Amino acid sequence: MFRIQRENLPGLYAAIAAESDLFLPVKAAGKTNYALWSPECQPDLDTLKTVKSPKDVFFPQSENLYTCQRDAGKLSVTPEKHRDTPFVVLGMKACDVRAVAVLDKVFLSAPVDTYYAARREMGTIVSLACGKPEASCFCGTFGIDCAAPEGDVATWLTEDFLYWNPQSEKGTALTGKLTALLEPCGEETVAREKDGIHAICQRLPLKELSLSNWGAEAARKNFDSPIWEELYHPCLACGTCTFVCPTCQCYDIKDFDTGSGVQRYRCWDSCMYSDFTMMAAGNNRTSQMQRFRQRFMHKLAYFPANYDGMFSCVGCGRCVDKCPSHLNIVKVIKAFEKEGK
Amino acid sequence: MQEMIQRAKALLESGQVSRVLGWKKGETEFDVEPAFFDTAESLDGLFYNAFCGANLSKYLIEAGKKEGKTLVFLKPCDSYSYNQLLREHRVEREKAYIIGIGCKGKLTVNKIPFDGILSVQGADYPDYSENLTVETLYGTKHISYKEAMLERCHVCKGKEHVVYDELLGESQDTVDAERFAQVTALEAMAPEERFAFFQAELSKCIRCNACRNVCPACSCRKCVFDSTAFDSAQKANTTSFEEKMFHVIRAFHVAGRCTDCGECSRVCPQGIPLHLFNRKFIKDINTIYGDYQAGADLESKAPLTSFRTDDAEPGVGRG
Amino acid sequence: MMHECTCFPGFAHDVLVPQVGIITDIREETPDVKTFRVNAPGGGKLFEHLPGQCAMLCLPGVSEAMFSITSSPTNREYQEFSIKRCGELTNQLHSLQVGDEILIRGPYGNHFPVETELKGKNLLFIAGGIGLAPLRSVINYVLDNRDNYGTVDILYGSRSADDLVRRDEMETVWAKAKDVNVYMTIDRPQEGWEGHVGFVPAYLKEVGFDTNKVALLCGPPIMIKFCLQALEEMGFSKEQVYTTLELRMKCGIGKCGRCNIGTKYVCKDGPVFRFDQVDALPNEY
Repeated sequence: MFRIQRENLPGLYAAIAAESDLFLPVKAAGKTNYALWSPECQPDLDTLKTVKSPKDVFFPQSENLYTCQRDAGKLSVTPEKHRDTPFVVLGMKACDVRAVAVLDKVFLSAPVDTYYAARREMGTIVSLACGKPEASCFCGTFGIDCAAPEGDVATWLTEDFLYWNPQSEKGTALTGKLTALLEPCGEETVAREKDGIHAICQRLPLKELSLSNWGAEAARKNFDSPIWEELYHPCLACGTCTFVCPTCQCYDIKDFDTGSGVQRYRCWDSCMYSDFTMMAAGNNRTSQMQRFRQRFMHKLAYFPANYDGMFSCVGCGRCVDKCPSHLNIVKVIKAFEKEGK
Repeated sequence: MQEMIQRAKALLESGQVSRVLGWKKGETEFDVEPAFFDTAESLDGLFYNAFCGANLSKYLIEAGKKEGKTLVFLKPCDSYSYNQLLREHRVEREKAYIIGIGCKGKLTVNKIPFDGILSVQGADYPDYSENLTVETLYGTKHISYKEAMLERCHVCKGKEHVVYDELLGESQDTVDAERFAQVTALEAMAPEERFAFFQAELSKCIRCNACRNVCPACSCRKCVFDSTAFDSAQKANTTSFEEKMFHVIRAFHVAGRCTDCGECSRVCPQGIPLHLFNRKFIKDINTIYGDYQAGADLESKAPLTSFRTDDAEPGVGRG
Repeated sequence: MMHECTCFPGFAHDVLVPQVGIITDIREETPDVKTFRVNAPGGGKLFEHLPGQCAMLCLPGVSEAMFSITSSPTNREYQEFSIKRCGELTNQLHSLQVGDEILIRGPYGNHFPVETELKGKNLLFIAGGIGLAPLRSVINYVLDNRDNYGTVDILYGSRSADDLVRRDEMETVWAKAKDVNVYMTIDRPQEGWEGHVGFVPAYLKEVGFDTNKVALLCGPPIMIKFCLQALEEMGFSKEQVYTTLELRMKCGIGKCGRCNIGTKYVCKDGPVFRFDQVDALPNEY
């Protein structure tokens, strides 16, 4: 276990950034989101939830896959280079770290998405425990301990110090580069911090949320339920939930004609959009009820069925906070809880 | 609220309306969801408090395609949007039974800057508290009703409904700021300063489309930003140019039809003050073509869709 | 086909990056169907595939879509795609000339179990319209490995005689092969057509097949629905009938989510499914 005084954190950021890109929560124009560190930026480790999750660092909102050139009728394809420089993402909460494991299941399963794999190889995750969980948090439902986040290095922020504990080879390697700034220390303070956080978790309104009617077995059962008709009405089909969610991974592949070559890029997409499944021959999901149902069936039934019971939700609560119509996965989980009784 | 429920039940049971569009309460006072009610029994869940900021008029486009009338509770600002939808033939008047519900200002939890909010007491209708009590995981806090109010309520156009079948509930004036003050302040900035302000705000944009999807003026069946027919990087947040253009283009598309209902700013997950673009256009339209409020009535000619020989030429005659 | 990526040793080019292919032949099958023959620019095939698999064809600046490879892997010289003109991309594909280049990536998806469940069996192919395309790769594979399979019945129908895809191959090659029966039909009577008139499901019942077969069924959804009904009435069980599902696909590798239905991704776990598997899927395809 190591620690560094809070007032020395700018020095820590500068030291990390000297060797590799550093991404961390930054306050800008009144909101906190992950951004590339620069000496002028305003790091913000005190705000619990960033608006957008850090999934961008591994799965960017848009990225080029290749460029195609046409020369005298002949085509040539130039693939985009893979990321080959290291980076550190600091301040990830336990829920967001677990979300990376969810994305790994999709992108690292055969055939491997090499662009994602390169970023995972190059990235070091420095996670941060949740000193003050929010009322909309429910990571505990998915077996996530926000007081002891996974990650290459786990950290805890107290009033005076940032406590730093490497948890993997990558974490140890990073720590090794920062020994001048980190002082070794005992484990007692962090143990107390963890206890304090667990006590708060006991008071969270969503702590009793139960997944008893969800999981791989629900893949057939819940689809036909009349509950979906009752739930979906206020949905605006805007896609905000998908874009703030740390595990949503649907993407689109499109072309962009730059005038001197066509860039083939991929970008985030949302299964909530009306044209998501549209093809020349028709559309297999024509109503918003069907699209609404698909999103939650995927997260709570199909994904666990395909990946040994792992859910594609980590209880971060961003959808609870941000949906313009106040719909969210908690309401879906609860509606089916009642049905089971 | 009981009055609302009783009236809605009466209208539903008499067969005058086939369904009711209002709000229902979720877990907390600020977790309020627009909801449809089909049975008298379900109407016991009809809810209305100071957090019911959602503009229900846009849901009537789809609801109007169903059999029978929809009873809808419209706040004063919502009624302007409804009128505008009528003008654009997106809804039919006979498909809605409008109860103009009273309003004393609407709140948003985004303006309550405390961690771990569990509940907000004092946000009821019609009896609210000037000083809200906010229970949080980290202690009890307080905030004034006004501080938690949506920006648009501070510059409210007025608590009179412009279209309704009956009125219910009392309203209260909430204006304490000048409607175009923020726009005027921006206009007074040096161009670089103003650009830096908007660049900082718009770079937060995640292209989630909440603003477009909630906007009653944005009801195109096939939005230009969803079209594959032209070559811009729709959906992809590729460059800062892209997401700035999205907002500017959208503001142009709704100019003259935007009623300034403020929903775009309420729903933006990044808190971007999108209403500023729309309000700038409204201010300019008022200056160039005379005061005009979209949705105020059905008869007046909209300045951007009608031509008069004495119309000001752009760039000429502005003070 | 993946080769070493020079910028990052150890990583091959990503599966989403295509190869350049050249159109070496175009054949007009019907007013709206063309068959394109594709080769590597230096000659030869771009990659190997199994019957039923698909590839993504891309026109840079237009878009990309999944098409089944209609030629059999036993064809050593080239690969073929039979494409119906029905949308933006297919319209542009139809305006290509021999010698034009396109981008291709593949093969994607599963395949008909020609070396396992289908081996040694009597086969009944039922196709409608452009639905013949994926089945053709199986038929030619079977005919090139004739001794490994039992009798072959091919029942094929289209709107009109002009809409019959690969009609000459059917009449001159397939009908003449050993133990192969070909049954063709068109929807409505047409001058010059001496063959059967009637919808495919009705013709299927008329001919009446014994159930000692495996059926492979591909065509418009409504045809599939009624043919399956007819087959069940004739005594076929769902485990004896294969089909292909079609949904919008973008990545082709089961990651972008578009073709997700139930626990399956049509691009990766399909497009070939047996009907008992189809039954297990939620009803939205």
